[in-house]
Amino acid sequence: MSALLEIKGLTKRFGGLAAVNDVSFSVEEGKIFGLIGPNGAGKTTIFNLVTGVYHVTSGEILYQGRSIAGMEPSRIANLGITRTFQNIRLFKNLSAFDNVLTACHASANYGLAEAILRLPRFRREELVLREKVDYLLETMGLTERKDVTANNLPYGLQRRLEITRALALGPKLLLLDEPAAGMNPDETEQLMDIICRIRKDFSLSVLLIEHHMDLVMGICEHIVVLNFGVKLAEGNADEVSADPSVVEAYLGDSRGNKAC
Amino acid sequence: MEYVLGILVLSAINLIAVLGLSILTGFTGLFSFGHAGFMAIGAYVAAIFTARLHLPFEVALIAAGIAAGIVSVALGRLTLKLKGDYFCIATMGFGEAVRLLLNNWKWVGGARGWESIPKFEGPQFILPFVVAALAVVFSWNLVNSRQGRNLVAVREEELAAQMSGINVLHSKMTALIVSAVLAGIAGALMANFIGFIAPKSFNMQKSTELIIIVIFGGLGSISGSVVGALLLTALPEVFRAFSDWRLVFYGLAVIIIMVGRPQGLMGGIELTPSGVRKALAARRTRAEFAKISAADTPTDADSPVDGGSK
Repeated sequence: MSALLEIKGLTKRFGGLAAVNDVSFSVEEGKIFGLIGPNGAGKTTIFNLVTGVYHVTSGEILYQGRSIAGMEPSRIANLGITRTFQNIRLFKNLSAFDNVLTACHASANYGLAEAILRLPRFRREELVLREKVDYLLETMGLTERKDVTANNLPYGLQRRLEITRALALGPKLLLLDEPAAGMNPDETEQLMDIICRIRKDFSLSVLLIEHHMDLVMGICEHIVVLNFGVKLAEGNADEVSADPSVVEAYLGDSRGNKAC
Repeated sequence: MEYVLGILVLSAINLIAVLGLSILTGFTGLFSFGHAGFMAIGAYVAAIFTARLHLPFEVALIAAGIAAGIVSVALGRLTLKLKGDYFCIATMGFGEAVRLLLNNWKWVGGARGWESIPKFEGPQFILPFVVAALAVVFSWNLVNSRQGRNLVAVREEELAAQMSGINVLHSKMTALIVSAVLAGIAGALMANFIGFIAPKSFNMQKSTELIIIVIFGGLGSISGSVVGALLLTALPEVFRAFSDWRLVFYGLAVIIIMVGRPQGLMGGIELTPSGVRKALAARRTRAEFAKISAADTPTDADSPVDGGSK
C-alpha cells in the first residue's frame, strides 16, 4: 500500500496559538481514515490546511508524492482532494442537480467563446456532463429530489448532496467533516453504508472527522487521535480505544460516555 | 415617431450596459457602482475613433469594447481580492476617477463636453438593436454554460466554489471583463447616437441608475434585466409631462418593487417555459417542505472552528 496523502510535521499557528502542532500521519490508498479528538483539537484545521484554505506555517503535505502546501485551493481540488463542510455549504439557491452540475465543470472542456456561441463542442460536452450528474444523483439516491432547491432539502439529504457534489470532481481523496453531525442513528447507519459503497465504486480514500464513535469505530480502518493540536495516538479501532491517554482525553471511561 | 424611436434606442443602449452589470452583480454577486466609468471609456474611445481618426463606426465600436476590457483587467487585478463592500467602494472610486480625468482632459473637450461626434445615419439606427439582441443571446448563453455556473457558485458560496475546483479570482475576472466590454460598447453606441458626450453623463448617478435597473429586474435573471432596462428607461420618458415629478414616480416604482418583491421583479427566475415551470415547482416543494421541516429541524449550529476564510 502506497501513501496517497502524507502529512509530515504539519504545524499551523494562529498568532501564539498552535492549532496544529507537528502532526504527522499518512493516508493509504483505498482506506477509510478517521480523525478524532475533542473540540478544538485541530481536526478541521488539518482539513483546511490540506485543501489549501489555510497556509501551512511549517511542515509538509504530500499528495501522491508531490507537495501541495501553498497551492491554490481550486488547484488542489482539481488534483483530486475534495471535501464537505462541518456546517453545510451548498449552493443554497440552486437545485440539487445544478449543485452537482456546477461541481462537474472541470470535466467539460469548452472555452468561453465556444459557450457564448454555442458551438458543437459545447452541446456535446454539456450532454455528457448532464449524464454524469444523473448518474451521480442516481447512485446517491437523490434522483427524485434533483429539482429541489438545496436549501429546501431535508437535513440528511443536504449532507448527502454535499458528498455527491464532492464526488463530481472525481476525487482520489474525500475529506468528510463531521458527515453524521445532527443525524439520527438510522441516518448514521445509512451514511456508513454510503461511505463504504462510494469508497469501492469510486475507488477513493476517505479521511473523516466524526464524533459518532459508532461510525468511527465501525468503518474506519485507521484512526488518528488529536488533542490540543498534537497527535495523541494512532492505530486501528481496538488499539485506539484501548490507549489510556485517548480514553482520558476524549473517549471517557466507557465508550458511550465521551468526554466532550 | 422619431421621439419614440429615440427612447427605444436609448433603452437598447441601456440594456447592453445593464446586461453586463447583471452578469457581474446578479450572477457573480459583485456590486459595482462605477460602471458608468466603463461606459465613459467606451464613449470617448468611439468618439476619438470616429471624430478624430475618421474610422467607420463599426471599428470604433469594437475598439471601445476592447479598451473598456483592458481597463477592467487592470482594475480587476487591483481590486478583485477585496471582499464585498470594499470592492464596491473601489469601483465607485474608479468611476469618479474616470469622470474627473475626462473633466480635465482638454483634448477631448474637458468639462464642457465634446460636440459634433459623427451621428448614426439612416440604416445605422438598427445597430443598437442588433447589438442589444446579440448581447441578450450571448449573455444568456454565458450564464447557461459551465463558466456561467461557476459565476453563480462564486456568488452562492465562495469557499465551496473553491473546494469544487473553481478558481474564484479567475471567475470574478471573467465577469468583470464581460461586463466592462458590454458597458464600453453601450457607451460607444451612446456617443454616436446622441452626437455629444460630456463627463457628467457618466457620473455616479448613471452608475447608480444601472445598478438600480439590475436590482429592480431581479438579481440572477437575464430576462429580469431585459424587462428592467426597457421599463426603467422608458418610465421617466412616459412621465416626462410631469417634468419634475417624474423622478419621484421612478423612485416610487423602485421602492414598491423593493418592498413587495425584495428579490427584484424576477429574481432568479427566467422568462422561458422551462424557467417558469421550475419556479412553480420550487414554490410547490417549498410549501411541502415547510410542513415536513416543522418536525425536522437541523440540530447542528455553525461552529467557529469550521473553515473560515484565510
